[in-house]
Amino acid sequence: MSELLYREVYPVEKDDFVRAGEASAKIKRVLKQLGVDSDKIRHASVVAYECEINLIIHSLGGTMCLEVSPAEIVITSNDRGPGIKDISLAMKEGWSTASDSIREMGFGAGMGLPNMKRHSDSFTIESAPGGTTIVMRINIA
Amino acid sequence: MKIKEIKAILNASFLCGEDKQEADCMAGCGCDLMSDVLAFPKERMCLLTGLTNAHVIRTSEMLDVVCVVFVRGKQPPQDALELARELGLAVLSTDCTLYEACGKLYAHGLPGKNEAV
Repeated sequence: MSELLYREVYPVEKDDFVRAGEASAKIKRVLKQLGVDSDKIRHASVVAYECEINLIIHSLGGTMCLEVSPAEIVITSNDRGPGIKDISLAMKEGWSTASDSIREMGFGAGMGLPNMKRHSDSFTIESAPGGTTIVMRINIA
Repeated sequence: MKIKEIKAILNASFLCGEDKQEADCMAGCGCDLMSDVLAFPKERMCLLTGLTNAHVIRTSEMLDVVCVVFVRGKQPPQDALELARELGLAVLSTDCTLYEACGKLYAHGLPGKNEAV
């Protein structure tokens, strides 16, 4: 990564649906303040929001880290949790382990990880029992 | 299509954001699953939904949605409306079903995501 313009870590708590989206809203505000192109901001916002919701629904808590350089936006998700048993299945659109109550809130459509990948220029995921790390990069140069 | 036209076509009423009447919507999206909305966002969208929680407003914030329309006369909870006010989002409520509301707006020329310029 070239010269870092901004770095911040946002904690996300398990089951905290009341504050869901607050970290992503902060990320969006920061990107606006940094003067990032609005289309790129929208991609980063979707990545951050899906990531935040995933942490709330599926993990035992974790963090999202935002790093911005002149070349790219990097959002890294780190969580404590059971890990993803079958990543290729989890990446399939429409596949979800979310409960009915989560679905009633409008989530759990099985689009979270595919959406994060779709809106990123680079997407890497590593998972093991104990936690998952996802690194998503959006080019802005 | 201006928000005031959407209001007239759907015989809707403002729940907040009346000052945004002249704002333009470039595309429409009818959906209750917010992840589907997040999959293929368009610029300056009007989101029509039967889901009434604060996540609709948060999703709209992420995508720069211009106008949210709650269908079947649904009223969102106070926290959702407060967030919408805070964000300066126009929110309408109509008695139309989601199908009727989408059909009416489409027939009046509001395109879907594949057709929007």
